[in-house]
Amino acid sequence: MNINELLGESLFFGMVLTLIAYKIGFSIQQKWKKVFLNPMLIAVVLIIGFLLLTGISYETYAYGAKNLSYFLTPVTVCLAVPLYRQLQVLKKNLAAILISISIGCLVHGAVVLAVLAAFGIEEKQLINSLLPKSVTTAVALGISSEIGGIQGITVIGVMIAGICGAVLGPVLLKLVRVTEPVAQGLAIGSASHAVGTSKAIELGEIQAAMSSLAIVVTGMLTVVIVPWIVSLMG
Amino acid sequence: MKYVFQLMLILTISLAGELLYALLPLPVPASIYGLVILFVLLLTKRIKLEQVEETADFLMSIMPLFFIDSTVKTMNAYGLIKGRITALVLASFLSFAAVTIVTGLTAQGIIRMKKRKGKSNNEY
Repeated sequence: MNINELLGESLFFGMVLTLIAYKIGFSIQQKWKKVFLNPMLIAVVLIIGFLLLTGISYETYAYGAKNLSYFLTPVTVCLAVPLYRQLQVLKKNLAAILISISIGCLVHGAVVLAVLAAFGIEEKQLINSLLPKSVTTAVALGISSEIGGIQGITVIGVMIAGICGAVLGPVLLKLVRVTEPVAQGLAIGSASHAVGTSKAIELGEIQAAMSSLAIVVTGMLTVVIVPWIVSLMG
Repeated sequence: MKYVFQLMLILTISLAGELLYALLPLPVPASIYGLVILFVLLLTKRIKLEQVEETADFLMSIMPLFFIDSTVKTMNAYGLIKGRITALVLASFLSFAAVTIVTGLTAQGIIRMKKRKGKSNNEY
């Protein structure tokens, strides 16, 4: 009996492997406290490495692991809670929030299309994988599967944006002289979601509030804007 | 029982999101319908924050676990990515930088415009 037959119908193999890998990733992050040591990325690398080494197929792993992803919809629904907690800030800055994030979403789509075109990449699947990447993973995955992207590439794009945001976000803003706390928070949250927000928290309370608010607003605007861009491309 | 009730609310709203997704011909994921429904219910005080918040905070704190499977799946798409990793990484990075700068400058412009207006109103 080979290993894929043995584990092929195990519900818990995939889940346990996922939890162990995430735990290791989390411990590594705690130990060295470097933002690029993202626990989720480490977990993914460990799992892929383990599967390749042992010859266990993705399908065997996913038989159990996919049960975890069933929570994706409920957890995305829960994002309404942080949005509601920031209600006062949302009301006070409504125009700035909606206008700047909408423009940001459009620019995001334009830059992704331009860079991929410059490299001669025409596969719709690849382009559609990256178009939703500036929003929080839960929402990005939903949009990606909706427009026919490859979810894994979307998640990796989201991770790159998050890590860049935490490392470079404040530097970039300083470079172009964005000093308003509200604008700083919106920029970081809309470009680099929760991972960037962890850095915005260090900038100040207003930045932290705006950034966590921007995550959800960007998600909701991207849901409208990205399919529109896709339909324009025909 | 508190957690059962909270989970019941969250899953019921998820179900409503799925039904809307099935019924409406829009490219909006079920989860986003659910997010909007919960936000509206909170706004209109049909649901109080205390009725969902512990379970919501718990689910959000373990959220990365729900993405790992989909990301591992990329290993099956390796053929498609091979040789294009530079392009994909560069597109991710440049679009990130553009959004940070454009969103930041636009928001700052609007805020400063509002402040200036506020000031001139006070002067008269």
